[in-house]
Formats: sequence, C-alpha cells, structure tokens
Amino acid sequence: MAETAVAEKAAVKAEPLFGKKEKKLITDPLGDNNPITIQVLGICSALAVTSLVVPSLVMSVAVVFVCAFSSLFTSLIRTKIPKQVRMIVMLVIIATLVTVVELMLKYLNYPIYKQLSVYIGLIITNCIVMGRLEAFAMANKPWRSFLDGIGNGLGYGVILVAIAIIRELFGKGTLFAGSAVEMNIIGANNGIVEYWINTAAESGIGSWFSWYANNNLMVLPAAAMFIIGIMIWIQRSYRSHLVDIS
Amino acid sequence: MELFNTFIKTAFVENLVLAYFLGMCSFLAVSKSVKTAFGLGLAVIFVLGITMPINWLISEYLLSENGLFGMDLTFLRFILFIAVIASMVQLVEMIIEKSSPSLYNSLGIFLPLITVNCAILGGSLFMVSRELDFANSVAFGLGGGFGWFLAIIALAAIREKLQYSNVPPALRGLGMAFILTGLMGIAFMSLMGIDPSIYTK
Repeated sequence: MAETAVAEKAAVKAEPLFGKKEKKLITDPLGDNNPITIQVLGICSALAVTSLVVPSLVMSVAVVFVCAFSSLFTSLIRTKIPKQVRMIVMLVIIATLVTVVELMLKYLNYPIYKQLSVYIGLIITNCIVMGRLEAFAMANKPWRSFLDGIGNGLGYGVILVAIAIIRELFGKGTLFAGSAVEMNIIGANNGIVEYWINTAAESGIGSWFSWYANNNLMVLPAAAMFIIGIMIWIQRSYRSHLVDIS
Repeated sequence: MELFNTFIKTAFVENLVLAYFLGMCSFLAVSKSVKTAFGLGLAVIFVLGITMPINWLISEYLLSENGLFGMDLTFLRFILFIAVIASMVQLVEMIIEKSSPSLYNSLGIFLPLITVNCAILGGSLFMVSRELDFANSVAFGLGGGFGWFLAIIALAAIREKLQYSNVPPALRGLGMAFILTGLMGIAFMSLMGIDPSIYTK
C-alpha cells in the first residue's frame, strides 16, 4: 500500500506540470484537431455572432471559460458520477457555469449581452463542451482536462474570430466596431470612425481602398458558411491525411 | 391567421438552421442519407412541439415575478429548460417505445441525440426573448421543427446526388456540406417577402 503510494508520488513528480504533453493538449486543437474545421463540433451556437469581431471575441472568451472549468469540475468528480446519469450531471455543471457567464456579462457590458442574446445560453448545448467532457474529462486528471478545455475553447475561438474579421472587414469595412479601438480600414470613410486610418489617409494605405463598396453578402449568415467551407478546403488541401473519403 | 403567419415565418423565413445556425452539429452529421435525415427531422418536430409549451408554462408560472414563488427566478432558466428537454426526450422515448415499436425503431437512435440539439434549447430561449404568448409559442415550435425537417431533408437529398459528381478531394464531405448550406440559406432568403397576413385583409 505504502509502496504504491510512494511510486505514485514519484510518477506525479516525474511528470512536469507543463511539459510537452500538456503543451500538445493546447496546441493540437488549434491546428490538426480543430474543433470546428476537423471535428465539426459546436458550429451551432456561434456562427450567428460572427458578423462583428467584438461579440465574437466575447463569445470565444465565454466558451474558453465554460469549456475549461466544466472539464475541471467534471474531472474532479469523475469517479463519483454513476454512468447512467453522467449526461445530466454534465449538463447541470455546464448550465451552472453558463448562468455565471451570462450574469457576469449582463453586469459588465449590457449592450454586448443584448447583442449576443440567446447565443450565450446556447453554449450549454455547444457540442464542443459536451464532447470534450465525454471524451476527455471523464477519463483524465483534473489539470490535464483543464488544459484540454482551454485548448479546445481556444481552437474554437481562433476560427470564430478569423471568420468575424473577414466578415466585418468586407461587409462593413471596419474592424472592432462598437469598441474603443474601432477603425475603418477600407471603403469610403463615412465620418463615423476617425481613430486610426484617418491620420494616414492623406497618403497612406487608407486612401488606396476608398473605392471599396461594402459587400452585403458578407453580412448574411450564408457568408459564414462559405468562409468555413473554404477554410476547410484550404486546410485539407495542405494536409491530405485529413481528407475524409466518404 | 396570426398563428399560421408565425408558423410560415419560422419555418421558411427565419429558418432555425439556415438563418440562426441552430442544430448545425446533427444537421451536418446526420444528413448523409435521406432516410435517416427523415427520422431525425420527425423527432425534432416532435420534441420541439412538446418542449416549447412546457417551457413556456415554466417561464411564465414558475420563473417570472408574478409566478408561483413570487420572485424573479430567471437565473434558473437555463438549468430548468435543459432539464425539461432532457426529461421530455427520455419520456417521449419511453412512450413511443411502448405505443409504437415501429416508429421507435425508426426514431429510436436519434432521440437521445436531440437533447444536445441546439435547435430545441435555442427555440425555447428565442421564445422567451421574443415574449411570445402560449399559442404563438406552440406555432413557433411546430414551425421551427418543420423548417429544420425541410432543411435537413433537402441537404441530405443534395448530398446523396453529390456522390456522383466530381468534387475536389479536399472539399469532399464537410467542406461541400458547408457551402451547400450557405447556398440553401440564400435560397431560403428569397422567401423573405412572404406575408400570409395580407390574404386576410
């Protein structure tokens, strides 16, 4: 008994707190195992917020938070959960965390809370969270589950923000609209934004693109679909082992 | 007529999948053949039609300020809604199993999937944020389910046909499904001008 405990302790000590394996847990979901483009999970609740960058950033932070902490808590009590009711236990954990996020956001930034409306609540049924709990947190130690949650949340956030940047830039000509650093990058300057480009507009890049007329297709939900489709296309053309045969 | 209007509007113009991206996961995963898509679509209509009125009653009589407990309990909304959905799905599964084994065999495998289908929870949350009344929330549930059903069947049919066409290898499967969904979304947008209420005037 004592011997095994000592051996276990040694094994724990031998594993660094943030070694190669742990690093892989975070970096893997950003590329080859991306939750959106490869696993195709969690597209449901979030694409509708990607027409602007700021709400997408908030949404990503919320998902990273929920994903990380639900993994941590599930992993902590994983040996105590009976197998038959594990779904309900997970749903309760996730729903509680999402309620916390919702109340925090309502308190911190009401306009963005209004803008995200039901999509914050829909993190509950976001397949990434549930999927990681089922596939990883139920079988791994708390610290690693926590990192895995962060990694998958980030992998999701990266795609979300990338789509939002493309959609906002070509749809409205701005970036970070609605925040303090809002800037008008392309298109005729309509006088709303005078932060960044106007100073350089006389001779700089801003004046080169003033002919651009906003593309309303990018504001439609369909554009998000096309962009993800094209992202998958690009990623899979470079990494042929990811192509699915079916 | 107003109810019919709500039904048409949620089914076509504000389609849950194509305009709000709700239920995308199962929409993409289960749309490989028309037959399975049909089963899942029916199950979604069924569960949306049942959970919507129940969640309406809960948010009106339990959680609101002039409800049973006399205080604002809206922060419990998420937990209660998801609990209702999970238990309703379980209940529906048991009832169907007892009453109609043939329907159970065709729907059976899809019913548990529906608990985590965002379209169901999303429908309930939309119902709260839009402050629908009881009859309208039923129409909203049925219309939303019907729109979801239509969309998944259409996508499955297109994907079955696509097997015979020459898609670039890297785009095969999911990539193409995304682009198709986008095109379908644009097609459904052309229904935006529909307003059934003008015929009653």
